Amino acid sequence: MPGSVPGDDEVARAFRAAHGQAVATVARLVGDLATAEDAVQDAFVVAVQRWPVDGIPPNPAGWIVTTARRRAIDVHRRAERGRELAEEAERHEEEAEVLVEEAVVPDDRLRLIFTCCHPALRMEHRVALTLRLLGGLEVDEIARGFVISEAAMAKRLTRAKYKIRATSIPYRVPAAHELPDRLAGVLAVLYLIHTAGHGSPDGGGELRSEAVRLARALVELMPDEPEAAGLLALLVLSEARIPARVGGEVVLLRHQDRRRWDTELIAEGHAIVRACIRRDAPGPYQLQAAIQAVHCAAVTYEDTDWPQIVELYDHLLQLQPTAIVALNRAVAVLEVDGAEAALDDVDAIAGELDAHAPWHAVRGEMLERLGRNGEAAASFASAAALSVEEPDRRHLLERARALSDG
Amino acid sequence: MNQYLLSTYGGGDDGPSEPPSPEQMQQMMQGIIALEAEMEEAGAFTFGGGLHGADAATVVRQGDAGVVMTDGPYVESKEHIAGFYIVAAEDLDEALRWADKVSATVGRPIEVRPFMATGKVADHMPG
Repeated sequence: MPGSVPGDDEVARAFRAAHGQAVATVARLVGDLATAEDAVQDAFVVAVQRWPVDGIPPNPAGWIVTTARRRAIDVHRRAERGRELAEEAERHEEEAEVLVEEAVVPDDRLRLIFTCCHPALRMEHRVALTLRLLGGLEVDEIARGFVISEAAMAKRLTRAKYKIRATSIPYRVPAAHELPDRLAGVLAVLYLIHTAGHGSPDGGGELRSEAVRLARALVELMPDEPEAAGLLALLVLSEARIPARVGGEVVLLRHQDRRRWDTELIAEGHAIVRACIRRDAPGPYQLQAAIQAVHCAAVTYEDTDWPQIVELYDHLLQLQPTAIVALNRAVAVLEVDGAEAALDDVDAIAGELDAHAPWHAVRGEMLERLGRNGEAAASFASAAALSVEEPDRRHLLERARALSDG
Repeated sequence: MNQYLLSTYGGGDDGPSEPPSPEQMQQMMQGIIALEAEMEEAGAFTFGGGLHGADAATVVRQGDAGVVMTDGPYVESKEHIAGFYIVAAEDLDEALRWADKVSATVGRPIEVRPFMATGKVADHMPG
């Protein structure tokens, strides 16, 4: 029996950690996602009263499932049509204790991930559902992360759950032949949650750590999927460099104080990347993680193994021939073959990216290296005009100003 | 078992720009015949049909002085429903697989929409 009494924060944290598993299992038992979510919410009200007195149960997910299920049955009992279910539930009541041990299976969470990330749901709905149901984030927290009103986010979640129920989106892990496509969809959602956490000033850290937590859970549940591991490594390595972003300002990789990087996360990321290389089934997330691993392995910017990075981008371009990948590759080319060659590469993709702030910023960088300061300043100014994030804008305008003055 | 409406629209920009040649038409028809047989075999085929053009539509509505009829479709749009299937499917994934096959056969996008209920309303009322 734990001696200390948990505080409100501790109760909330423990509840959130078990939220995804609990909703997933209750959804399987009652057959409906919205009912499961409501029942788990009811269980939270009970937990807030009981846990501070009784202590956090040894198996929080099991406790929530049992409590939520009883609540769901109560609700059904009150509704006339639920009589049959209630009778059946009464028959099973004695088995309830056994259920606690049996009911919580990791597969439930996997089912829930694939349901929340179903391709028939629009991307923003997938993201919201995943954060609410799997992450256990409150509606207002998710709303803050995506800079929309709480009411708009609540509506989004309601619509998504309505579509799941109305169209009978199945609650199961896809069959083997559909898995690669569907898994890619899940990974895209987690990646997007993490990226949103980079841009959002308020609640961004919450989104990022949730993305990492979900990616970890996914790797645990699907240890044989190299791209899931690749995504986890990518997120962990990008997370490791966050402490170098002092006060939310943009600090270029070149100027980052590498002593601020999180060595523990880098070690974890490197270990995953090495395991991926041994497995030798490369995919886009694994290659991006490998690129980040090379960056994180360098003691200084100048120390970076740029030829290796160009090589990894070449491979990535084969799998993902997009202008964005080509732009990132050009940055590495700058360090290997010089600004002239890199500028040619950047100009070659002008048509696709000239409405895209990073393209102008990278072009400005190359022009500056070539001593074409006036053009460089104009490029940074264009990049600033196209930037949505305030810290990015400030940084780019500063660079434009410095070049114009010089 | 759920039922889904699989509908295709005509007149818009999503389809082939050239009208199909007689050979292509022949090939498409054979594809459709084979697909419908597959649906029947799987117990999915419930009903299906192709519609005349939107110019053949008439809208009937209740005006102040009685019934009012208007020539043409209800929705003003370039695209109008051109044909549909009603399929029985276990869940959305199964319905989407049929939609994939129909879309590949007819070369047009397919909208999938679940029925809330089918048949006579009286059959769904209690008592």
